[in-house]
Amino acid sequence: MYKRTHKYVSWYLGVAFASLFIGGSLGPFQSLEHAGVNLYPQLQTIGIQSYYQGLTLHGILNVLVFTTFFIVGLMTFTTVHSLKRDLTHHAVTLVSLVLMIVGLLITAVPILLNKATVMFTFYPPLMANEWFYVGLTLVVIGSWIGGLSMYLTIATWRKENKDQPIPFIALSSTITMIMWQIASLGVAIEMLILLIPWAFGISGGTDPQLARTLFWFTGHPIVYFWLLPSYVSWYGMMPKQAGGKLFSENLARLVFWLFLLLSIPVGFHHQFVDPGVPAGWKTLHSVLTYSLFLPSMLTAFTVVASLEIGGRARGGKGLLGWIRALPWDNPSYTAQNLAMILFVFGGIGGLTNASYNVNLAIHNTSWIPGHFHLTVGSAATLTYFGISYWLVPKLSGHKLFKPKWALAQAWTWFVGMILFSNGLHVVGLNFGSPRRTMLGVSPYFNDAWSPLLIEAAIGATILATSGFLFYTVLLGTVFSKQKLEEPIEMPIAEAYHDESYVPKWLDSFKPWIIATAVLILVAYGPMLFYFFSNAATRWTSPGFMVW
Amino acid sequence: MHVDRTEKTFFMFSVALVVVFAIAVGISGMVYGIALPTPPEGFDVNPQTVATPGVSPWGEQPAEARLHELAPGEYEVYILAQTWTYMPNRITVPVGSKITFYVTSKDVIHGFRLQDTNINMMVIPGEVSTLTATFNEAGTYDFLCHEYCGVGHHTMYGQLIVE
Repeated sequence: MYKRTHKYVSWYLGVAFASLFIGGSLGPFQSLEHAGVNLYPQLQTIGIQSYYQGLTLHGILNVLVFTTFFIVGLMTFTTVHSLKRDLTHHAVTLVSLVLMIVGLLITAVPILLNKATVMFTFYPPLMANEWFYVGLTLVVIGSWIGGLSMYLTIATWRKENKDQPIPFIALSSTITMIMWQIASLGVAIEMLILLIPWAFGISGGTDPQLARTLFWFTGHPIVYFWLLPSYVSWYGMMPKQAGGKLFSENLARLVFWLFLLLSIPVGFHHQFVDPGVPAGWKTLHSVLTYSLFLPSMLTAFTVVASLEIGGRARGGKGLLGWIRALPWDNPSYTAQNLAMILFVFGGIGGLTNASYNVNLAIHNTSWIPGHFHLTVGSAATLTYFGISYWLVPKLSGHKLFKPKWALAQAWTWFVGMILFSNGLHVVGLNFGSPRRTMLGVSPYFNDAWSPLLIEAAIGATILATSGFLFYTVLLGTVFSKQKLEEPIEMPIAEAYHDESYVPKWLDSFKPWIIATAVLILVAYGPMLFYFFSNAATRWTSPGFMVW
Repeated sequence: MHVDRTEKTFFMFSVALVVVFAIAVGISGMVYGIALPTPPEGFDVNPQTVATPGVSPWGEQPAEARLHELAPGEYEVYILAQTWTYMPNRITVPVGSKITFYVTSKDVIHGFRLQDTNINMMVIPGEVSTLTATFNEAGTYDFLCHEYCGVGHHTMYGQLIVE
């Protein structure tokens, strides 16, 4: 059943994991360099010309390629299995997959040739080879087409199931793609109007402040594009895996709608120290970001309550005894629960970053990578690993290879990440060491940084071991000769309360999309209008290839 | 839509938490004057002409002359960021000085972070980044670039000497 869809999903996941392998491998080299072990001369022999080229690859392959491919594949899978209905037009998904792979190959060439060492943020006036921008744009457009395939399927399901609310997993998956669709307009406009004509020599100059603004229009909601698939699993699947039920299914639906509404009009909190954005707009975005904290707090309550139901159903007693009773022997469960714990710290750090002038203490210091390895690197990535521990066996028809190694992978990621992220948070906050910098050879290196950078490097080494365990389990499963005895079904959590009635406003796309568009117009309209209407005097920066 | 009572309480607590943080941030800004960089009036910088002497304060030669004493103990300094240095990159002032920094770039986006102060800014060609700080303790304060700006990024720094 769903054979063709599963084939495409497998391709998305395969490209995702191949990209993460290459991108992830560069991480430990960065951390070791900070701690005084510089292996970049050795890396030059395999074509990595500098710390900065390696870091560009690390960022792009991990947070643009791995994430987008994995998410589009996963959301396609979850939609079909939640609706219990196959895609209406497989060809649309195929076009998405092919366009994304072609885009990846086109962008990879300049990056590997050291002609696009511009980081995953590619801020002009740094100027990469023009095909770098073209390739990434094709990957984004391909992801839109993947979303389109899901929307067409949902529309058909609606007609076939009049008056039925869309099942929670399919709804939340679709909302994730719609949110990405709208969010990625920022970077699409940046590419198509500013960067591609500029890189091809058609427009003589560009506006770097506008480019940053368009990038971060997408750059904040992209983190929810990475996070919401984890929420789909934590709400919609994990309670089932824990033997529990989803505590508030309608509230979970509301949370996803709130993420659609609030994820985008907040991008200025990444630009608090930008000179060209006035204080009033920074304040508005700061307040909106605080409100965005609330759906995550609701998530914390509902998910933990749902897991508690499971723990007690499994025999756990007392105030905390239910925690011991949870299925810690299940690597899929354990990886996701550990990801949730790491995310708590990531969320606290995020709230700090969003607090207007508090941002002055940590902007562009090592605190920032400390923060985002807990969020995209753990809440998202470790959860995706956890999901893979049932999804890859299901797609391949093989038993999970060495489940005990999968468990060890989850725990080593947890321990490694605590050390890595703690070291970076503290050195950034206390000493202001800069991020994205080859610290080990910097003339301003402060010896007080060393113990913390060494702590981070030890963490990074443990993470590398964890990565090795993951890929062993992954490849061992794909190439295993041991077939599954019973077919695996996608875990689907039942609602704890009777929530068969879903109010219309929690099941309708139009009002939420309109409200989202209005809020974006209010939060971004005036500044974007100002920048674009002054283009004639603002597009003054030529490109620089300074690596 | 039914919401469990304990969940409602937890949600109210979350809202209260966020309100408390917002008030604290508001006080830090309005009472203690901790400010973010915002676009200053009266400057029109074009990265292609900003380093020209006579045209712009960032073009003044030598670079050390870009430190102006406005009144005893009150200074302004125009720092031009470029790959991969600041001009000037060595500034000396007496203890107790209040300095307003005006930083811009003639090429790519840089950063400017002055150790042990709240001065942390992006430096964007075509824009002027400005913040003020008072230096009551003698010492050497590094200022460095924290935004990737090319292969020499990790060498880009300067020093403020307060004596």
